[in-house]
Amino acid sequence: MHLDSSDLAAIWLTIQLASLTTLLLLIVGTPIAWWLARTRSRLKGPVGAVVALPLVLPPTVLGFYLLVVMGPHGPVGQVTQALGLGVLPFTFAGLVVGSVIYSLPFVVQPLQNAFEAIGTRPLEAAATLRASPRDCFFSVVLPLARPGFITAGILGFAHTVGEFGVVLMIGGNIESKTRVVSVQIYDHVEALEYAQAHWLAGGMVVFSFVVLLLLYTRRRSTPLW
Amino acid sequence: MHDPIPTVVADAADACGIEARFRVDYPGFALDVDLRLPGRGVSALYGHSGSGKTTCLRCLAGLEPAAQGYLRVNGDVWLDTGAGIALPTHRRPLGYVFQEASLFPHLTVLRNLRFGLTRVPGGQRRVDLDQAVELLGIGHLLARMPAGLSGGERQRVGIARALLTSPRLLLMDEPLASLDVARKQEILPYLERLHDELDIPVIYVSHAPQEVARLADHLVLLEEGRATASGPIAQILARLDLPLAMAEDASVVVQGTVADFDPAYRLMSVRLPGSSSRLRVVHRPLPTGSTARLAVKARDVSVALAQPQGSSIVNVIPVRVLDMAPAGNPDHMLVRLDADGTLLLARVTRYSRDQLGLAPGVPAWAQIKAVSVLA
Repeated sequence: MHLDSSDLAAIWLTIQLASLTTLLLLIVGTPIAWWLARTRSRLKGPVGAVVALPLVLPPTVLGFYLLVVMGPHGPVGQVTQALGLGVLPFTFAGLVVGSVIYSLPFVVQPLQNAFEAIGTRPLEAAATLRASPRDCFFSVVLPLARPGFITAGILGFAHTVGEFGVVLMIGGNIESKTRVVSVQIYDHVEALEYAQAHWLAGGMVVFSFVVLLLLYTRRRSTPLW
Repeated sequence: MHDPIPTVVADAADACGIEARFRVDYPGFALDVDLRLPGRGVSALYGHSGSGKTTCLRCLAGLEPAAQGYLRVNGDVWLDTGAGIALPTHRRPLGYVFQEASLFPHLTVLRNLRFGLTRVPGGQRRVDLDQAVELLGIGHLLARMPAGLSGGERQRVGIARALLTSPRLLLMDEPLASLDVARKQEILPYLERLHDELDIPVIYVSHAPQEVARLADHLVLLEEGRATASGPIAQILARLDLPLAMAEDASVVVQGTVADFDPAYRLMSVRLPGSSSRLRVVHRPLPTGSTARLAVKARDVSVALAQPQGSSIVNVIPVRVLDMAPAGNPDHMLVRLDADGTLLLARVTRYSRDQLGLAPGVPAWAQIKAVSVLA
């Protein structure tokens, strides 16, 4: 292996970041997706658009605003400081927050599609069988939406692994704290260490291919993302 | 000395039965009904598609959140929007059979059946699993997944699943509509057993006259979101002012008691209620004393002023002319006949009416060419 300890640290950090981000996204994204799938509110359009923003915004824009908002003078920064947590930029926690926002649409949209595909009938059937809305969500909706959760988890994880711009803007480049694989590759290239860049970059290509292969062969229908 | 705590004793007659007033407004469609349905037996909501029958059923179930109005089922108020009462669907002790069964695709048949059963507190269970499985003949399907069942099997599982919640009101939304004729014939006997064996009021939505004639005790006609008629089926089917009577195959339903059976001719004799008249029909024997439900088509009934002699027609019974109305066809009249309380319709030509001098109150003889046994 031509990976040195800082490469391994970057890989390990990336896995930690992507795992934690995916977990948080499934927890945060599920109610958002459920609401978007069920609501008839006029806010559905605006909320859906906000959730989808990270799809089209350059990561640097996202990273810049996160930096401003979470920085010492930003509203979130003031709160975290008041709580004695310090400021989030240039910390692993800050990276997690940024990743959750950056990958949000990749989790919310497959979940929303899955919830919409279930339709209202199974929910009505469950209600006529004495299941309360919460009971129905856990006993009917979750099992029926399982493929959507798997897709959402895979996409959320993979997309977080692939982020670069946001990390660079808010995470900086601190080994074992905020230096993920994509940043490590950048560093290798800057230092003209092409061999090491190849190992990591090639690994990313293989990883991404395997993930997409999983996604596209798991169901015959083509996923949206 | 304390005054006794005042207790509200509901009027027994008032508390029993189903009182339903609903108003729902949708763009292009409004439902506005005020129904009183019996607290037992099968009530059919009958009408063309778009008449509001399914919406009405969904209002009963609490599946139309926009519904305004009042609903009381055998004494319990489920909805009273004026008083801010609206029991959510899962708190209403009802069973609902959807048009397409709507089984949970991720659960086996057994787990589908147990879904509702386990959510009903033990003390309120009146139907057990074995009973429902036996009643609907689905014992061999329990381990299967819904995707592997035929339409008829799925519908039977759907009915059993609804029954297992021990409902105090069973709502059925065209449970046979998605099935072909053979599957319908497969399920109808189970529905009849339901009717005979379980003492649960059933509200049955249908646009199929045959199903209604076979199953319903009470009939509600819906048209464009309004109830145009509501009453015992024998009376509603015989009403001359409703479009039912205008139909080419207008018929009445007659309920009687099986009196005897002549095995030599396979002839079953059915006594009409409150009358000495009998209708005889070639049929397999039904137990003596059981209730038989017969259908008589208006075009199979003719009227004579004197008792006909030497006719091949077996069923000739004394009647009195009640009233008459033009049939859909301008050359024909529909005559409503009273056979000691049992109503019949006869379709005669205008010529015959004038020849015989048929008028309300005239005694006559009804010759019934064909009787079919519904159940």
